Amino acid sequence: MSIDKETAAKVAKLARIKVEDDALPALAQEFNDILGFIEQLNEVDVDGVEPMVSVTPMRLKRRTDGVTDGNMQDKVLKNAPDAREGFFAVPKVVE
Amino acid sequence: MMSDLTKLKISEARDALRKGDVTSVELTEACLDAIAGAKALNAFVHDTPEIAREMAKAADARIKAGDAPSLCGIPLGIKDLFCTKGVASQAASNILGGFKPEYESTVTTQMFNDGAVMLGKLNMDEFAMGSSNETSAYGNAVNPWRRGNDDAALTPGGSSGGSAAAVAADLCLGATGTDTGGSIRQPAAFTGITGIKPTYGRCSRWGIIAFASSLDQAGPMTKDVRDAAIMLQSMCGHDPKDSTSADLVVPDFEAMLTGDIRGKTIGIPKEYHMDGMPEEIEALWAEGRKMLQDAGAKIVDISLPHTKYALPAYYVIAPAEASSNLARYDGVRYGHRAKLGQGDGITEMYEKTRAEGFGPEVQRRIMIGTYVLSAGFYDAYYNRARKVRTLIKKDFEDVFAAGVDAILTPATPSAAFGLGEMKDADPVKMYLNDVFTVTVNLAGLPGIAIPTGLDKQGLPLGLQLIGRPWEEGDLLNTAYALEQSAGFVSKPAKWW
Repeated sequence: MSIDKETAAKVAKLARIKVEDDALPALAQEFNDILGFIEQLNEVDVDGVEPMVSVTPMRLKRRTDGVTDGNMQDKVLKNAPDAREGFFAVPKVVE
Repeated sequence: MMSDLTKLKISEARDALRKGDVTSVELTEACLDAIAGAKALNAFVHDTPEIAREMAKAADARIKAGDAPSLCGIPLGIKDLFCTKGVASQAASNILGGFKPEYESTVTTQMFNDGAVMLGKLNMDEFAMGSSNETSAYGNAVNPWRRGNDDAALTPGGSSGGSAAAVAADLCLGATGTDTGGSIRQPAAFTGITGIKPTYGRCSRWGIIAFASSLDQAGPMTKDVRDAAIMLQSMCGHDPKDSTSADLVVPDFEAMLTGDIRGKTIGIPKEYHMDGMPEEIEALWAEGRKMLQDAGAKIVDISLPHTKYALPAYYVIAPAEASSNLARYDGVRYGHRAKLGQGDGITEMYEKTRAEGFGPEVQRRIMIGTYVLSAGFYDAYYNRARKVRTLIKKDFEDVFAAGVDAILTPATPSAAFGLGEMKDADPVKMYLNDVFTVTVNLAGLPGIAIPTGLDKQGLPLGLQLIGRPWEEGDLLNTAYALEQSAGFVSKPAKWW
């Protein structure tokens, strides 16, 4: 499996990371190096093996479905790059 | 005299505090002086002297009143990955520039409830992704150790490089680290200190900035095994805020340090003999084997057949989880937001913010993770890696079922290397640093690195012991026996 410039651009888009066009060939090469390393996994016979879900098998704890916390709008918004009138502010999404 | 206080171990400081021979304020001032004089190491990246002095005063009052826990009054450094209330916590990333959490991580909360004093935040690789501390937005942390008289700057390892450098240079009595693929144990080995990653689920992950949630665990980095036991005790325990935190009793780890390992079975895995591994490391490993044997343990040769596939499986699973965890850094709720151009919408805001905020290694891993999770490749990469992970865990289960109590391996495939030396190598080369440690994260097991010797250039080398799940107490005791036999007491000569 070889990653070309177009695939690299598509992955960058999916990851929401802006990559300039002239940086794409080098990025594709790095992906190929790493994926080449990962390809070793194809040597392993995994027939009938369950994919691991939890490394320390345990039953997740249950709790009452109730409100345990809240009323801290100021704290929630404190670190926002742009917060206005009690909301996070972002560029216009809907025309 | 005052500077000697920083050289104390946690256990020694605890005893001196209780006897009234020293106060936490004195200990803390000595550490603050040492930190101010060690800027060349770039270990502490956010100093919190006012907080430290207040915590020290409170600890002194508590010690005076009697009945103070072991960590009371002990000055510690905290890895930048831990959220600390009102104090910069940015995972060494520009994308969290200016972020000051409104809450405290569970692990630091527990240590502070026990009276520990926070000196400041410690350097690390960005989002804990790296093995040399060179991906940090703060710049490199520097190893206090040097190759003989050569003044070339060496890496303290990573990702907990600042923690390792700070403890090795006696800037603090102990430090927190986190370990996703070896990030406590590799830097501990590179700096001649002790570091333990407990069983997955022992320490709450709540409030620790997430990298790969199924692998991340916090742990202590200390000057010896006893200190690791003391600090780990405070860090562990069930937390309802982390659904993967284990609701199990935490035993008294320090009380389990008897040094008696007679009748224990120690496994030596043949797959850890790597091609091209320096002879010195082979020799160190053989010496460790002999030391444990002389202490009364039974040594058996074992096989962990899927070892070779641990790193490739890790480099699917960890980036996959990271790509999901790091999706939250979008310039909306905290940290950096890019300046937008005319007509830029929300997608441009995400893309520019993330391109500016994340460094190259983090971007690379997010994109690899995105790729292996994408439609059409999910089965071929991600599911296959999770199946291999099952087999890696089974390798360990099989040897434990056969009666092995702990496994002895080298901690790292080399001593500390020079900063910048790996600059032109492809990323996979750097990943090989974790070849002996990453299996332990994939299997969720406890692992400890302890220093046992020096190489011919005078750099520390460490061995790793891997234990059964939840048996950190027994593992620490085996490490304690090895520590006593090895008698490692070397310290870096002060040049900073």
